[in-house]
Amino acid sequence: MRQKWIYVLLGLAAVLLIRNLYVILYVLPDEKEQGPIYRVIFFHLPAFFTAGLCYMAALLASLHTLLRQSSRADALAVAATEVGLAFAAVNLITGMIWARIIWGIWWTWDARLTWALICWLIYAGYLMLRHAIEDPTQRARHSAVLNVFAFAAVIITWKAIEWWRTQHPGPVLSIRGARGAMDPAMESMIYQNWLALLLLGAVLVALRLDQERVQREVEALRRQAHAKA
Amino acid sequence: MEERNIAFMFYALAIAWGLLFGYLATLAARQRRLQRELDNLRKIVQSQQEAP
Repeated sequence: MRQKWIYVLLGLAAVLLIRNLYVILYVLPDEKEQGPIYRVIFFHLPAFFTAGLCYMAALLASLHTLLRQSSRADALAVAATEVGLAFAAVNLITGMIWARIIWGIWWTWDARLTWALICWLIYAGYLMLRHAIEDPTQRARHSAVLNVFAFAAVIITWKAIEWWRTQHPGPVLSIRGARGAMDPAMESMIYQNWLALLLLGAVLVALRLDQERVQREVEALRRQAHAKA
Repeated sequence: MEERNIAFMFYALAIAWGLLFGYLATLAARQRRLQRELDNLRKIVQSQQEAP
């Protein structure tokens, strides 16, 4: 039943992504100053939001792990973090490609860019820490503490464009108070593509959760086999 | 300039799709490998239990 739902969600995400790609490429006009490259925003922003939501889910799961010693919550934390990292990578890379055309450079140590990179590195460090600790209880506790503190970097990354007005553009969405900064059809497309990426994100987290369950079973059986050998 | 602008837009969209669906493919491959390992381990443990 669960597997069926995963396939349904994946199919829905794929249909939405293809439909959105069609609208992005063929229906929406070019932006008058940036030209076609502005279309990157339809993946850049939704990927950032999806990564943020994954990190938030990982934070809640980590808090639950610390308070209740729940291994299922620990599994959710690692699944959401890994998927969040994939979306954050999409955000960073698409942003760099956009910057190469608009700013003429691939990268600058602007507050938002730097914090987005720091955030990515902290969560990558979380995954590396998990590989370094063998005992499952210790691994769950230590990595949950890191995950909780790591969320501060997410908040700083989110607020960076308001706190420091450097090279990265300021807020453009009306939900962040930038009314009229973007054409309503374009803004609506950002939310529609976010929905598609959210569905894909949910599928990826569900698959990664299954994997974590099998991984734990493998580890338990390995210990059992070694004990008997 | 316009051509470069369009080319970079396609690179960005291709990388976004490639990364996400590449990750999905990696997850599926990792799941198959883990499932095989689990099946093997189950057999080993079962044979250990059956051994006198």
